[in-house]
Amino acid sequence: MNLDPDPQAEAFRAEVRAWLTASVPDPPLPSVNTAEGFAAHREWERQLASARLAVVSWPERYGGRDATLAQWLVFEEEYYRAGGPVRVGQNGLFLLAPTLFAHGTAEQQDRILPPMATAEHVWAQAWSEPGAGSDLAAIRSMAVRVRGDSEGGTGRRVGGGGWRLSGQKTWSTRAALADRAFGLFRSDPGAERHRGLTYRMFDLRAPGVTVRPIAQLDGEPGFAEIFLDDVFVPDADVIGAPGEGWRVAMSTASHERGLSLRSPGRFLAAADRLIGLWQRSGDPSATLGERVADAWIGARAYQLHTFGTVAALEAGGSLGPESSLGKVFWSELDVDICETALDLLGPGAEVLGRPAPDGDWIGSHLFSLAGPIYAGTNEIQRSVIAERLLGLPR
Amino acid sequence: MRFALSDEQRQFALGAHPVDLVVACEELGHHPLPGPVAESVAAVPQLLAALLTGARARDWLAALASGDLIATLARPPLLPCALDADAAGLALLADAGSVWSALPGARLESADRARRLFAVTPDQALATGPDAVTAVSRAIDHGTLASAALLLGAGRGLLEASTRHARTREQFGRPVGAFQAVKHALADVLIGLEFARPMLYAAAIALGGNAPTTARDISAARVACADAARRAARAALQVHGAIGYTLECDISLWLAKVRSLSSTWGSQAEHRAVVLAALVQDRAGAWS
Repeated sequence: MNLDPDPQAEAFRAEVRAWLTASVPDPPLPSVNTAEGFAAHREWERQLASARLAVVSWPERYGGRDATLAQWLVFEEEYYRAGGPVRVGQNGLFLLAPTLFAHGTAEQQDRILPPMATAEHVWAQAWSEPGAGSDLAAIRSMAVRVRGDSEGGTGRRVGGGGWRLSGQKTWSTRAALADRAFGLFRSDPGAERHRGLTYRMFDLRAPGVTVRPIAQLDGEPGFAEIFLDDVFVPDADVIGAPGEGWRVAMSTASHERGLSLRSPGRFLAAADRLIGLWQRSGDPSATLGERVADAWIGARAYQLHTFGTVAALEAGGSLGPESSLGKVFWSELDVDICETALDLLGPGAEVLGRPAPDGDWIGSHLFSLAGPIYAGTNEIQRSVIAERLLGLPR
Repeated sequence: MRFALSDEQRQFALGAHPVDLVVACEELGHHPLPGPVAESVAAVPQLLAALLTGARARDWLAALASGDLIATLARPPLLPCALDADAAGLALLADAGSVWSALPGARLESADRARRLFAVTPDQALATGPDAVTAVSRAIDHGTLASAALLLGAGRGLLEASTRHARTREQFGRPVGAFQAVKHALADVLIGLEFARPMLYAAAIALGGNAPTTARDISAARVACADAARRAARAALQVHGAIGYTLECDISLWLAKVRSLSSTWGSQAEHRAVVLAALVQDRAGAWS
């Protein structure tokens, strides 16, 4: 393990820090789940993209810098240290983009990635269904093959044929205000349930799509359900081969659980804010210091563990079931950090939207409670760890 | 009883890098070796090398490196007793600023039957003054780091034993490891160990480089390793069931050692306090 700073990464850090210090909005942007806030976050992404900081790990031709994973971690640390806004495009950036890099055609990459990088197109994910939560392979939304001369759902004439989508998706983060979505659909009901699925993208404003916002625990419409009634999708918007959707989706699922979804900077920033809160509070009960220490220890452990993962990936390794370790670790750490902060705030903890220096801990807390559920529940992750890393029987 | 950390090129007892020390001690905890391991391979060599010159010190250090000499140490209140002081070739007693050779007194029974505790009294004064203050502190740093590594190794040993048992022990017609409650408990053990190990290595690197964060990093590593080992111990006993609650079952060796080691070389509360004080003093440093 080498913990010495890499001079190139540190030069990059200095650039990122300077830009963010000058650019991060103060006061913070309105909530991303309002129309006004969504537009403001989209504009923020455009600014990030013009500084070529929106997608640093992507190739230059799509707006990135070909940054190494280690440099990407530097960017993330600085982003959270500076208190940068929520990344409105994160579902596309961290879930769809890795899938396109691994399985998309050159035409799809050229067409989809540049407007994703600038947030001209914001993507939502459409995985879960009313009957398919943890058991994702139980999805029933259908994709039916249609002939080659149909009118495209996006309004353009499509020569190559396509598919008609029907069914219902739910818990689609950001779908209430996003432009497009991606997910799995059953294209061969006769096949074994993991084999009859196809991965596809669709326009949330296409004819036949109805989006209904759902208020989350914090009262904001962060979720939506999506109803699809005979929605046309051209062949060009299928990723990978029809019937290969499960394999395509799972090959990048570890991105969501692991590295790209929650980088260590997020928790180091939270632990740092918590230390400040503890100092200001004077720890009235004199018992919370140990939990504050544990918050930082956890954040630091996650950072160091991530360095190890990055080193292994850069040496040609791959991220397999090990990503489940990190998913459980960070999601529980996040809950612990926020609960410690609320205990320090005492009777005032429930007040929403506290300004700096304390910050909106109750909002962070409500969001942290989702962590053990999304991206594969922690129960699913623990079973993966037990079966695939410890070798316990299925 | 004979152990040492050395190879042909280097005498580890004299110049082991702390990374070598934690790698070796994790394995010693994994087995779990009885005796004053952290004292003899980590703390005492540091004390002797820093404080003593001349033939006697050279002989002791060479004997420690070859495994011919086992040393033990009492440093009240962190280490109130010296382990195996009757059998060790060299017993030392230290306080914050002085070091003595020590004479074993009454033996106390430990819940860990492999830990033979002795009260000690000072014999000859070996060093005192500002150099001794530094040397004792550095020796305790090395011993604490070694204890963290021993705990991590013990946790790994417990997890491996538990996984083996869960794969083979059948109830209700299936291996107990097929039940989700057992799977999830052992998954949590693995998570704890996997996220403690990089803390241990980072602390070893800090100590080896005399980084300003050394005290913080050693204490953080000790908190993480001891918590992970304690979780492993609880899960191991539960997964083994009644057989685990007997001296016939090998996990008793690790269970006792985890309990004893996680209360010596500083309590978890003391180490958390060290971490917090360091963070408050250097907020910017919390990022690395």
